[in-house]
Amino acid sequence: MSPVIGVLAIQGDVREHARCLEQLDVDVRLVKTAEQLKGIAGLVIPGGESTTMSILAVKNNLFGPLRELRTQIPMYGSCAGLIMLADSISDGRADQETIGGLNITAKRNAFGRQVDSFEIDLHIPAIGEPDYHAVFIRAPLVEAASSAVEVLAAIPADKSLTGTDQVVAVRQDNLMATSFHPEITSDLRIHKYFVDMVRSA
Amino acid sequence: MATDAASTGVTGTTRVKRGMADMLKGGVIMDVVNVEQAKIAEDAGAIAVMALERVPADIRAQGGVARMSDPTMIDEIINAVSIPVMAKARIGHFVEAQVIQSLGVDYIDESEVLTPADYINHIDKWAFTVPFVCGATNLGEALRRINEGAAMIRSKGEAGTGDVSNATGHIRTIKGEIRRLSSMSKDELYVAAKELQAPYELVCEVAEKGALPVVLFTAGGIATPADAAMMMQLGADGVFVGSGIFKSGDPVKRANAIVQATLHFDNPDEIAKASRGLGEAMVGINVADIPVPHRLAERGW
Repeated sequence: MSPVIGVLAIQGDVREHARCLEQLDVDVRLVKTAEQLKGIAGLVIPGGESTTMSILAVKNNLFGPLRELRTQIPMYGSCAGLIMLADSISDGRADQETIGGLNITAKRNAFGRQVDSFEIDLHIPAIGEPDYHAVFIRAPLVEAASSAVEVLAAIPADKSLTGTDQVVAVRQDNLMATSFHPEITSDLRIHKYFVDMVRSA
Repeated sequence: MATDAASTGVTGTTRVKRGMADMLKGGVIMDVVNVEQAKIAEDAGAIAVMALERVPADIRAQGGVARMSDPTMIDEIINAVSIPVMAKARIGHFVEAQVIQSLGVDYIDESEVLTPADYINHIDKWAFTVPFVCGATNLGEALRRINEGAAMIRSKGEAGTGDVSNATGHIRTIKGEIRRLSSMSKDELYVAAKELQAPYELVCEVAEKGALPVVLFTAGGIATPADAAMMMQLGADGVFVGSGIFKSGDPVKRANAIVQATLHFDNPDEIAKASRGLGEAMVGINVADIPVPHRLAERGW
């Protein structure tokens, strides 16, 4: 039987994630309420605006059930979803709540405003060759991570504007997150990596 | 224009421009005229704010030429909120657009709400790194804007009225014309392109996908939670609310309610809950009472 993977549908590019997952032989459910979280085997938190997602998750009483669930099933967050899974945020609003679970500090809009949004090829050993074409849109960055966090990808120092490695994809046990948006490309390897996590959980 | 940033990546690509609009989906973009309103919008869960000097209802009431906002005011709003900030340039006014891009705004609205600066040409939007949203009343107009580089479309409605009828008409028209293209055989698309006055390649793309190649929001006259939810049920990816919030009796409540109704657009119980006790809606004007030469939606060609 195909596992049911939820896509948090509060706001953002929900449809793009659903389209990627559907191509990987899983059943997709769009989730807006706590009730709809029941019975899913994994959850994707899409790209969007993390401030809006956080405010609406508070208003709709979703943080309690999401925090409980994150210890039980795999979750994957892209861009705003990375911020939602981060234990702490820098450059966010003072009261911005997250689901947490990843021992990282996420820096919001770390690369600048929309005019600084960019595309770049990244080497990601976990998904193999060839390099992965990653799209960053007002993207966050993993500014700090505990030793429990596995770095899946970084923009290498020689290509980054800061002259240091910039961490843009991480995994910690059942949780993974990327600063970039695999859902708006046609390369399914990141989603496949997550679906494999769900299947083997 | 796609350019190589100092050493990292490529900026200003079609994918990052259109992708930015994808991230706004399911959200409400609110017109704000100062920092206080921008903060109210952000606290209510707005997905972005549109910084402008006068909301459309005031532009309509006060008359005169409406132009780009003061850069200082746009700066203040950029500094006050963490959500994306949009700003309006006049149709065809590519220098206003250059100025707005230099301020670091996240999206430019080439808007019929301002007085057009060019009655023949729109801005060549490919020449910019910042993405553009443009208004459209029908599919042909939407595709002409996309051909000029728009990375997001909003149906126009009649701004500053609180009368949602034109917004309804325009989104229905655009969606209906897309459905019609999807049902055509390939050899009929040549004539369809001629009739739509739109590029054949874009017409084929829409026919094949059954959707625009960019995100489609709706705008103009949305004043209540039910208005916003109706636009979403009609197939909009999100809504712009201009005068409807800050010209109402209780902007904080109404802003929250419209965001909530946009999220739960297919759930009448939630829309009912969001609609309770909002105080006065903006008074509004019936579009039919506005003499044709003063209708904003008819600007753009």
